Amino acid sequence: MHRLHFLGIRLIKAVLVLFAIVVLNFFLIRAAPGDPAMVLAGEAGAADEIFIAQLRERFGLDRPVHEQLFFYVRQVASLDLGFSYRQQAPVLTLILERLPATLLLTLAAFLISMALGVLLGVLSARRVGTWADSLITLVALIFYATPLFWLALMAIILFSVQLEWLPAFGMRSISQDLTGLAYVADVASHLVLPALTLGLFFMAVYARLTRASMLEVAGMDFVKTARAKGLSPGRVTRDHVLRNALLPVVTLAGIQAGHLVGGAVLTETVFAWPGIGRLMFEALLQRDYNLLLGVFVVASAMVLLFNIITDLAYTFIDPRIEAG
Amino acid sequence: MTASSLAEFTRRFSRHGGAVLGAAILFAITMLAVFGPLLYPESPWRMVQKPFLPPMMTDGFLFGTDTLGRNIAAGLVHGARVSLLIGLASTAAALVVGVTTGAVAGFFGGRVDDVLMRFTELFQTIPNFALAIVLVAILQPSTDSIVLAIAIVSWPPIARLVRSEFLSLRSREFVQASIVQGQSSFQIIFTQILPNALPPVIVMASLMVATAVLLESSLSFMGLGDPNTMSWGYMIGAGRTVIRQAWWISFFPGIAILLTVLSINLVGEGLNDALNPRLSRRTR
Repeated sequence: MHRLHFLGIRLIKAVLVLFAIVVLNFFLIRAAPGDPAMVLAGEAGAADEIFIAQLRERFGLDRPVHEQLFFYVRQVASLDLGFSYRQQAPVLTLILERLPATLLLTLAAFLISMALGVLLGVLSARRVGTWADSLITLVALIFYATPLFWLALMAIILFSVQLEWLPAFGMRSISQDLTGLAYVADVASHLVLPALTLGLFFMAVYARLTRASMLEVAGMDFVKTARAKGLSPGRVTRDHVLRNALLPVVTLAGIQAGHLVGGAVLTETVFAWPGIGRLMFEALLQRDYNLLLGVFVVASAMVLLFNIITDLAYTFIDPRIEAG
Repeated sequence: MTASSLAEFTRRFSRHGGAVLGAAILFAITMLAVFGPLLYPESPWRMVQKPFLPPMMTDGFLFGTDTLGRNIAAGLVHGARVSLLIGLASTAAALVVGVTTGAVAGFFGGRVDDVLMRFTELFQTIPNFALAIVLVAILQPSTDSIVLAIAIVSWPPIARLVRSEFLSLRSREFVQASIVQGQSSFQIIFTQILPNALPPVIVMASLMVATAVLLESSLSFMGLGDPNTMSWGYMIGAGRTVIRQAWWISFFPGIAILLTVLSINLVGEGLNDALNPRLSRRTR
């Protein structure tokens, strides 16, 4: 299939899914406790009468449900996610301010988990049955069962409180006015603990899958052929086994995207990392349902985008799919 | 299950050393959840000693006390009950939805299958922890809303698995024979196909209990636990602000979660080896 054609179909599908999520969101707002106008205004009781009346007017809250749904979808389609009365700012503005931090964290965690996971999986598969294999399997099992938020707290105790190696909170040092490389280094030092914590769980996932997948592919006929042709063991592993064994790993990376965002919510909450996950936690504390649902829509959109990227990556790795 | 197949099952399961260890840990945790509250009959919320008592320093307070002088050991024991109950209940609810959806989609195929699978995919795309947070926050935190939220975010993989099992079993001779005999679809689904599709479903369900325990603890850590029940996630969250002075308040509940989830996963892998010998080499 032509790659552009494939991309087009994926985009149309993503827009449909996003539409379904917006509709779901509409019903969630109505399910929230209290008057929908109050919900849209942020914390119940905090908004004044005039503002509430404006909201009723704008979202057509006195009209029948299907008209309200129409109003709501139109509103969201024009990139208006409402106003957070509590934070005195449009919801979308609040989210966009925080989005870069979440993208940085999730991307770093994703790269760490992929690199370490595939590396450990390959090591484990090449030394099946040895102590190294058992150790890697055990480590993967443990990280797979560890609650992320707890691991985050333990990392703070060890690396920030006891060893004083790394900062425990935030994204940059407030007291200093850093620029250039010093600024990058400062953010990087703040990023290490959150990214590692978030990455280690997924590392376990990828390590287990890579190992299983490598072992399965290694037994296939085309690998025997490659060996029989006299290729070096290194080349067989890299060009034949690994390339094919990575396919399920990439598929899983797409499926895991949602979990990565969920993990970011927990990680950002513990490390006070100023991303949309932390924003979600703040919205929870303030019972700001509209902001909460706004973050939910944007997080879903992020996952959809990531899914498209992994699907595209798949077309590049799979030797059976070539660009048309 | 007959006696000989039970023996075969036990043999295969116990060949997996980790699974036996997991089963032992899980048994201990279950006993603690069932009988532990007899050891600590008082409410785990009650303040019984000085706050911030370190672990293993005072008799009767093995794990110390928290910020308000509540006994951490009592909290751990009562929390075990909550974690296991919510894990089991939400998995059961997810199984009902997932098996029904997957069975109907796989059995009837065609347009029914299309619609149900698009619906399943939608739920699989939505970031599940974020959806669970939103659902519990909107329905208000309670044991029921937590179980419901976890079930809603975890049924899709079951539906997909059951559907694929149904698709492959549907064309088998014994199913075709039942169709020719004129049995109702309902009868065929429940008496012919479903029993044969069960082994992989049991394995997936056991692993889902572990995920549900993690999800529940994450929700209560975020402050979305049932305000009337003590849970491990809540304990970790409550100790979070004083982590620099009192590491033990958050440390022990985390170990409890880790051991529970790890033991369930190990049992799940053992079940996989015992029930699906064909697939066992792939997942280990």
